Amino acid sequence: MKELAYVRASDPAQAVATVADDPDARFLGGGTNLVDHLKLGITTPGTLVDISHLPLDGFEETADGLTIGANVRNSDLAADRRVRAGWPVVSRALLAGASGQIRNQATTGGNLLQRTRCVYFQDPTTPCNKREPGSGCSAAGGYGRYNAILGASPACVTVHPSDLAVALAAVDAAVLVLGPGGRRRIPAAELHRLPGDDAEHDTVLGHGDLITAVELPASALARRSTYVKVRDRASFAFALVSVAVALDLAEDGTVTDVRVVWGGVAHKPWRAERAEDALRGRPLTEAAVRAAADAELASAAPSSDAGYKVPMVRNATALAFRRLVPALAEEDR
Amino acid sequence: MTDLVPAPIDAKAMGTALPRVDGVEKVTGSAAYAVEHPVPRPLACWLVQSTIARGRVVSVDRSAALAHPGVLSVVDHTDAPRLAETDNGELAILQDDRIGFRGQIVALVLAESSEAAREGARLVRVEQQEEPAEAELREDNATYRPEKVNPSMETDTETGDVDTALAGADVVLEQTYRTPYEHNNPLEPHATTAWWGEEDGRDRLTLYDSSQGVHGVATALAPMLGMEKEQVRVMAPYVGGGFGSKGEAHAHVMAAALAARTTGGRPVRLAVTRQQMFALTGYRTATISKFRLGADRDGRLAAIEHGVLEQTSRLREFAEQTASSTRMMYAAPNRRTSHRLAVLDVAVPSWMRAPGEMPGMYAHEVAMDELAEACGLDPVELRRRNEPDLDPEKGLPFDRRGLLECLDRGAARFGWAGRPREPRSTRDGEWWVGTGAASATYPAMRQPGNVARIESLPDARYAVSIGSVDIGTGARTALTQIAADALSVGPDAIDLHLGDTALPPASVAGGSSGTSSWGSAIVAAAQQFRTEHGHRPAPGLRTEAGAERGDEAERFSFHSFGAVFAEVRVHRDTGELRVPRLLGVYSVGRVVNPMTARSQLVGGLVMGMSAALFEESVRDPRFGHVVTQDLATYHIAAHADVTGVEAEWLDESTTTFTPMGSRGIGEIGIVGTAAAVANAAYHATGIRVRDLPLTADAYVG
Amino acid sequence: MDTTIELTVDGERRAVTVDTRTTLLDALRERLGNTSPKKGCDHGQCGSCTVLLDGRRHLTCLALALSYDGAEITTAAGLARDGLHPVQQAFLDHDGYQCGYCTPGQVCSAVGMLDEASRDAPSHVTEDLDVPTTLEDLTDSEIRERMSGNLCRCGAYPGILAAVRQVAGA
Repeated sequence: MKELAYVRASDPAQAVATVADDPDARFLGGGTNLVDHLKLGITTPGTLVDISHLPLDGFEETADGLTIGANVRNSDLAADRRVRAGWPVVSRALLAGASGQIRNQATTGGNLLQRTRCVYFQDPTTPCNKREPGSGCSAAGGYGRYNAILGASPACVTVHPSDLAVALAAVDAAVLVLGPGGRRRIPAAELHRLPGDDAEHDTVLGHGDLITAVELPASALARRSTYVKVRDRASFAFALVSVAVALDLAEDGTVTDVRVVWGGVAHKPWRAERAEDALRGRPLTEAAVRAAADAELASAAPSSDAGYKVPMVRNATALAFRRLVPALAEEDR
Repeated sequence: MTDLVPAPIDAKAMGTALPRVDGVEKVTGSAAYAVEHPVPRPLACWLVQSTIARGRVVSVDRSAALAHPGVLSVVDHTDAPRLAETDNGELAILQDDRIGFRGQIVALVLAESSEAAREGARLVRVEQQEEPAEAELREDNATYRPEKVNPSMETDTETGDVDTALAGADVVLEQTYRTPYEHNNPLEPHATTAWWGEEDGRDRLTLYDSSQGVHGVATALAPMLGMEKEQVRVMAPYVGGGFGSKGEAHAHVMAAALAARTTGGRPVRLAVTRQQMFALTGYRTATISKFRLGADRDGRLAAIEHGVLEQTSRLREFAEQTASSTRMMYAAPNRRTSHRLAVLDVAVPSWMRAPGEMPGMYAHEVAMDELAEACGLDPVELRRRNEPDLDPEKGLPFDRRGLLECLDRGAARFGWAGRPREPRSTRDGEWWVGTGAASATYPAMRQPGNVARIESLPDARYAVSIGSVDIGTGARTALTQIAADALSVGPDAIDLHLGDTALPPASVAGGSSGTSSWGSAIVAAAQQFRTEHGHRPAPGLRTEAGAERGDEAERFSFHSFGAVFAEVRVHRDTGELRVPRLLGVYSVGRVVNPMTARSQLVGGLVMGMSAALFEESVRDPRFGHVVTQDLATYHIAAHADVTGVEAEWLDESTTTFTPMGSRGIGEIGIVGTAAAVANAAYHATGIRVRDLPLTADAYVG
Repeated sequence: MDTTIELTVDGERRAVTVDTRTTLLDALRERLGNTSPKKGCDHGQCGSCTVLLDGRRHLTCLALALSYDGAEITTAAGLARDGLHPVQQAFLDHDGYQCGYCTPGQVCSAVGMLDEASRDAPSHVTEDLDVPTTLEDLTDSEIRERMSGNLCRCGAYPGILAAVRQVAGA
């Protein structure tokens, strides 16, 4: 780990200014991902600006919903009664991630900005365009079980590991950012990006941009939402695939509105809009859900190692809907 | 010192659930592991590793590292202390410019802090010249026939005429089974504290090492360092698990010794990182088992053939005895086994819990399950029909062959009766449910060269000393109970000392031989002590003795046996597997301590289940190293994965084998377990997966 | 770049000089001589380094010490300052360990987990998020899930479960 300077930020504006002025500076939040990377030599900043003591750790009830400070710990966000009732997919996604200790430490903002777990990204002795632009992608043609099946590029075939990000995209959350140019509000579903020919950047944020809060708008959709995560171990493992579903059903069983977001399949949480369109305004059946998922998966281009993700994410989507509407199970099987 | 054949002892302390004598130290964290011992002014040592699989070191640029604050020195092959012997290609590090695998130690950095040492290692610039390398085990590798397989078994065996028997068999099963590379991954990473000094005008090297055998480490290192074994003292009071990977000294131990040679006597602490363990501290080779079984319609085996393809390292031969259990497990007049090794430019493979038996019995026991189905037989019944009268390999009677009793008892407890014969016939909600069974076996082993010391203390207490190691097995507790019964005193009258080469010689904590080997020596020494000093000795009297073997090995074949039953659930949508029930029933001789023994057997079952479902070290042949090199990508069973794991054992005692009546318990829990899980997964889904691990990929659809 | 920070470790206020890179784990183990928290992976993947930090279970390997100036830390050694903690006694009673290396982390994790469960923190296996979590309702599957951040390669999980269940039910 390179020698580095440590600055404890006194307020968000000063933190942003300090990082923005120094290309070699990085924000330090809960540290669960950054300290990992410092030890492995994946990143070698000269200065760490510690934002973990900034007072961004509150919940604020607003007319539209709930605003979560970026420093709210994952465990506190998951356990919050309002979140459990109004945005259960958020609680579920957080509780499906990492471990109790890590959730006590990891922050809301940091969770969204965690970086890929691709084994080649994690190993500085192998080429990786995300770690070292232009060096090549080792995961294409290498160990590929966790690789993307949607939206990958020759530059990068990895997936984003955050469970929370998948859930936030399903409840139309927004991310509040304070940057060198001022404040902005980014829909959660637009925070992460596809790699294209720039694998280095996971998100649309620039250097010095600080996530200060996440807005959760209250909705009927969000209240009826859940998260299904498929993984190798029963606990404490990253997703093979995951599914966040939020659903607003009319009394006659017609889908009024729906969100389907997939994790573990792409460089960003994958909003399955084609699937949503196929379901919206129609009666909800398991067959309809499977067909909708297949419509979305028509563009999937998995490598052989990751081919299993296609049926897995389709089935997990059906499972997520069944969790929300148990009657589906009897209906179709 | 005397060697005698110890007489069997009565069980008084033995058989009781004495809580671990070192438990308080462990639950509070005061037990000190290898780099936790206070030493004066320790230096931190960090390893620099090769990043090519084969070639040579052209140059090592130390300048940036040495300029880093806190870094004291860099050692590489140009200036490392010279070794007197270099035959052990794994341990002879930094002696020349050759690179034999990716991740090999090519330089050492010494610094005042671990932070500086780690950064110093990152700053060392190693120029390497790469040569073509082969790092992938395939079915078409060039292979050779090793002279022996571990520990010193025949490479190939043949009885009768397998081909003719197969040609005439009613039912022939021919299948290939694969097990992946696996890493032991004890929770305590390998680590060594080392310092040099002088004693009686001679060099003296002292190590705290995370080792399964302190005497073995001294024996391996001393001649390489040009010293007598007595000049090397190795201590290992607490070891955070080993599972075979700490059975022999690996390269980092030599690295610590060499680094400490250069510091003018300052102690050096070298803690291998979890990532480095995947290159440097041993692993189980991948195996490809080709099975051919021929049977009549009733399932009686006429022929068993097991051909094994596995790999070794170009640096040092390691020949896993994968087909060894096939030689003695079931009756069949015609049998053939073979082992072939591919020589790859990879890290040196090593022991991992039940080396040989674990991958071999996985293949054999899945093959038996397939044969049972082909014959339309219950899998337990198939095994019953192939029970041999004599050890098929040695031609000797088994002193105890408890397999059928284990199967019967396990079947009853598990509720095996009434199991639907057809696969994919039970669903519970979203889960397909199946059950599977497999046999387990492990040879009973006693190692030579063990000596124990008994010393009388005031107040009718006894110091009992042997240079063995408790790596978590409970040896410290079990040996206390054995010593108590051997001396006819209570366990609280025993002060047990182990984990130090200053104590009498002892064999490695491995091969399920520890309690048998060390315990026999303790019993011999205790009996000799009583002969010499009687039952009311004055304090300060000492006896050292070892245990001779009688002729029992010429009369009997000694094996432990077991039966494993698993219930597996496979999610109909996601393909995820769960093991809600896992039961092992064992015939292992006398159980010295039912509490620690249960933990050993359950721990073996858990590790076997973990191997069945999760474990795989993925070596990327383009680079030559394992890329799943941490605990986030090399999954071992987490707490949520372990539900309903139970172990029990037959009430028995084998005093023909040891004076305690025990036969060893450390390995057998992992044997057959992956097969039971795999057979249950097939029974649940109708999908036969023959390559471990059984991940959701194969079942989702 | 050395800086001196203050930590309260097992009830004792300690000044410790750390490098900007020093983790809380290395500060405890290598600079304060408290080796009760263990280094099993150093990357947040095993839980061996778990302590109670300001009352909550927390990894120390992924924590830069400087960020925790003034924190109050209790290790497994500290839990036993006035005799063994009930969780520690339960681990002895149920042989919830073998080699002992993950054990101090398991113990701290169990203590923190029981506190979380008593404060209405749900888990991945909690069926209904609307129902308050209580210690009395802590099922085996809840305990297993909540303890899954602590790996045990010896496979002592059944003993750990029994130990935690004993304390939860007390």
